[in-house]
Amino acid sequence: MAKKEQSTAVDATKIDARIPEGPLAEKWSNYKAHQKLVNPSNKRRLDIIVVGTGLAGASAAASMAEMGFNVLNFCIQDSPRRAHSIAAQGGINAAKNYQNDGDSVYRLFYDTIKGGDYRAREANVYRLAEVSNSIIDQCVAQGVPFAREYGGLLDNRSFGGAQVSRTFYAKGQTGQQLLLGAYSALSRQIGKGAVKLYSRYEMLDVVVIDGRARGIIARNLVSGKIERFFAHAVVVGTGGYGNTFFLSTNAMASNGSAAIQMYKKGAYFANPAYAQIHPTCIPVHGEYQSKLTLMSESLRNDGRIWVPKKKEDAEAIRAGKKKATDLSEDERDYYLERRYPAFGNLVPRDVASRAAKERCDAGYGVGNTGLAVYLDFSAAIERLGENVVRARYGNLFQMYEKIVDDNPYNTPMMIYPAIHYTMGGIWVDYELQTSVKGLFCIGEANFSDHGANRLGASALMQGLADGYFVLPYTIQNYLADQIQTPRMSTELPEFEQAEKDIHAKIEKIMKIQGDKSVDSIHRELGLIMWDFVGMGRNKAGLETALEKIKAVRHEFWTKVYVPGVSADMNVELEKALRLADFIEIGELMARDALMREESCGGHFREEYQTPEGEALRNDEEFSFASCWKFTGEGKEPELLKEALDYEFIHRQQRNYKS
Amino acid sequence: MEKSINLTLKVWRQAGPKVKGEFETYKVDNVSTDSSFLEMLDVLNESLIKQRKEPIVFDHDCREGICGMCSLYINGHPHGPDGEITTCQLHMRNFHDGQTITVEPWRSAAFPIIKDLMVDRGAYDKIIQAGGYVSVNTGGVPDGNAIAIGKNIADEAMDAASCIGCGACAAACKNGSAMLFVAAKVSQLALLPQGKVEAAHRAKVMVAKMDELGFGNCTNTGACEAECPKNVSISHIARLNREFLSAKFKD
Amino acid sequence: MWLIDSSIGRKLIMSITGAFLVLFLLFHSCMNIVVIISPEAYNAICAFLGANWYAVAGTSVLAAGFVIHILYALVLSYQNLRARGPERYAVTKNQKGVSWASRNMLILGAVVFGFLALHMYNFWFKMQFAELSGIHTGNFEPSKGAEYVKELFSNKVYCGIYIVWLAALWLHLTHGVWSALQTTGLNNKTWLPRVKVISNIISTIVILMFMSIPVYYLFGCGSCI
Repeated sequence: MAKKEQSTAVDATKIDARIPEGPLAEKWSNYKAHQKLVNPSNKRRLDIIVVGTGLAGASAAASMAEMGFNVLNFCIQDSPRRAHSIAAQGGINAAKNYQNDGDSVYRLFYDTIKGGDYRAREANVYRLAEVSNSIIDQCVAQGVPFAREYGGLLDNRSFGGAQVSRTFYAKGQTGQQLLLGAYSALSRQIGKGAVKLYSRYEMLDVVVIDGRARGIIARNLVSGKIERFFAHAVVVGTGGYGNTFFLSTNAMASNGSAAIQMYKKGAYFANPAYAQIHPTCIPVHGEYQSKLTLMSESLRNDGRIWVPKKKEDAEAIRAGKKKATDLSEDERDYYLERRYPAFGNLVPRDVASRAAKERCDAGYGVGNTGLAVYLDFSAAIERLGENVVRARYGNLFQMYEKIVDDNPYNTPMMIYPAIHYTMGGIWVDYELQTSVKGLFCIGEANFSDHGANRLGASALMQGLADGYFVLPYTIQNYLADQIQTPRMSTELPEFEQAEKDIHAKIEKIMKIQGDKSVDSIHRELGLIMWDFVGMGRNKAGLETALEKIKAVRHEFWTKVYVPGVSADMNVELEKALRLADFIEIGELMARDALMREESCGGHFREEYQTPEGEALRNDEEFSFASCWKFTGEGKEPELLKEALDYEFIHRQQRNYKS
Repeated sequence: MEKSINLTLKVWRQAGPKVKGEFETYKVDNVSTDSSFLEMLDVLNESLIKQRKEPIVFDHDCREGICGMCSLYINGHPHGPDGEITTCQLHMRNFHDGQTITVEPWRSAAFPIIKDLMVDRGAYDKIIQAGGYVSVNTGGVPDGNAIAIGKNIADEAMDAASCIGCGACAAACKNGSAMLFVAAKVSQLALLPQGKVEAAHRAKVMVAKMDELGFGNCTNTGACEAECPKNVSISHIARLNREFLSAKFKD
Repeated sequence: MWLIDSSIGRKLIMSITGAFLVLFLLFHSCMNIVVIISPEAYNAICAFLGANWYAVAGTSVLAAGFVIHILYALVLSYQNLRARGPERYAVTKNQKGVSWASRNMLILGAVVFGFLALHMYNFWFKMQFAELSGIHTGNFEPSKGAEYVKELFSNKVYCGIYIVWLAALWLHLTHGVWSALQTTGLNNKTWLPRVKVISNIISTIVILMFMSIPVYYLFGCGSCI
């Protein structure tokens, strides 16, 4: 196990993740034992900006305020409780082993590394698995009503990519309950005055003074006023950039702008190509569609996925001549159970998504578009009874019925993959600090723990781990050196310049006065991304995407129309500013995907697959995190590589068959 | 089955908090019955933008019924005529061809209008900030399984906790009361042993904050429960009353 | 003082005074029904209560209950109107499961109060008040209550007025009784439907007892005494 696998092709000298020495299981304890701390009286004199109030942002802001720091917390919605973490349905993983099924910190660590297709950093993932148990304890103490057994103890369910039941859940609303827990802790600190909350504010830039992040520029979304804020350190937890695809399971306001701002101020953008396509979403149904709705992966616990065995049946179903329930057992192809006997319907998300795409591309898809597969609960209803199924998934079934107008108790659900989560993000070191000093990045916004693919119920775990148990420690190691730094004036030239640049950008957009709405251009970008940078990617397609994204960028900067004025509430302007950044991200994603000539996790290059159609990694050449460094507007970014050395785990081709 | 319908929309337009607002009428044609209400508004906004007009401002975010951001009062109902859903989950198949739909913002003294259909629900945050939490700091808590909690109690707490803070209860209430919202939080935490410790204090400070912010007095009409997208029961209000009264009588 | 400052405190006063008034109604209706069963007994009750100190004390407490209940109702309604904000909804629809009575308690209360004034003139003013003040307003003996009741309800208009009044009171009670229990916290998810049923039964019994008297006389049954 301790064998050190050094990938030879990687120039590892450039990026240092500052991983503590020592055996894997002791790294975090060692770090905590030796890190620098800030004494209570000094904490009061230090300001921290936290952007975002999702699981990561809210938990970090609350925890640091509890410690005594002055926290300024920014939130794009009207309330911290609305951050998109709230929409997570299925659950949160922890290595409690309450079910006595052989779980352990090591096994959670191993599953996560393997699930991420060996593209995550060992030390970070081990730490994540280590603190996972504390998260559950913390949430229970806050009053999160996790599901319980009749004996009064916590219940668990199983999730994709694991052979143990380690997922804690609160009905189908786990994200909501965890977020409300963090929100209540945050609210307590706001009530005490330890956190100053700025809701309906959007970060527009990070201000760097002498190489250190010292504040942000933000726009008051109600008044349109642009304001400056100073802090000794800036923490960004603004989530992922899935909305680059226009249609995604993300919320409408979810965006990648903070990431682009950090990137342009010197933070590396790591692994932008790693985007997760979630297998169980409600299929696209019309051109007017504004978003895709996820159906929790937990449904795969009891639901069986299938398509018709015969093409004629699939065609008949598409034409509306046959119904799913008309097909007998042996006319159905339970393709996941067929291809992956060991994991069956519980294979990781990337595997399940590609398998669905493969069947639909081969002509076996159902629904009027042919881009859907069935998720069938008839066996579960027969086995457990409708009441048990209702207790487990009632709210999801209700949601499905409201959207699709079909009753999933009687007829199988239709599902299709959709973009859901981005594993890539801003590069951070072991301390969650970006390549800009004093600028930290947490939650989905960073790239750290999921490698090339995230397992279900791990996003909540990572967000809360970063916010409750990691950042509040590591940020002190940085702030301990800042106690001599007095609060700075926001009149400093760096603030002045940052604000001037933003005004210029806004004026430029407002002056275009073209004839295209922001959404219509965003839709075009989304289609390019889905077609060429989606589930299946290849060299020619990615090169086309790069060309097309250039054209979209040109279109945006010459033809967009934003009504109204900039110095007032202006929703179209907000969207335009975000779209400008999505275009940059789209390009980075395509560029990264083109560079990575291998298939791993959520990144599937059609040229690199096994004869059975599974992802084929190339550890020799691509065992690194690709870190893109901004070199100036209109210039090609520079690629830096952080070598991923596996000291403790031996890499294998992922296998969910046996 | 999908079909298209033509509609007349009467939408409340108001340029700012202090400006006088009024209804404007829009014709929307060829609306797919499979689209959601907000998607229909998106299409309307897109056409307003094409006509160089200002689009209608409304709150929305997750569009899957959980963030609680969307807040439209449609044809006399918060979140529209369909039950147990938020506005973003309301689908156009609930309307018929040629129908006139009136869209208004939440109207409550404690929820001032920001613009058009967007209101400020900061009052709900302030109530939570007053005491809607268990006073524990990060770290130093017992094991998750240290206290056994009966399944029915955990389930009832979960039912209360499913509140999304959308404000439909206060918007629906003829008294502009926020009791269901406050009760959901007080009840959730009073049911669980973790929250019981400070249940009396919590009930008192949250109710005091609610009253201070200008919400009305509950008269048990039950409109809140009828319109709540998450079906939070008014039996939680009874628990809040109990908690509050017993706290006051102990003082 | 939290019974004035807090919304739940104010509601507690409403529910306690309301519950007290319901108890009074129950007592009052039990007394009334006697007039049908035995006019002699009824007359005895009238004579017994009359203007005795305990009857007067009881009446004062009762009056106080009414006054507090009405004052609080006015205050609460005013506050609630203000809490709705400056603009009204253009379209309002009834919600499923929300009773008409619950939305119109103030109006029902006002109707009840209006008829109450008449009732007070008919009975209290001519019975207890007359006895107290010594001013006899008619050729009516306080101890001959049953005859007086019969005389009054021989007028069909009076019967009609009383029936309408009691119907309004019934509506007021159907919401009021369970609402009082809910406000004092004597309710939970399991008991919620039961509490509503129990309240309806109580209000119906009270009102039926009251109503039986005008109905009894309306249909001429009173002539047999």
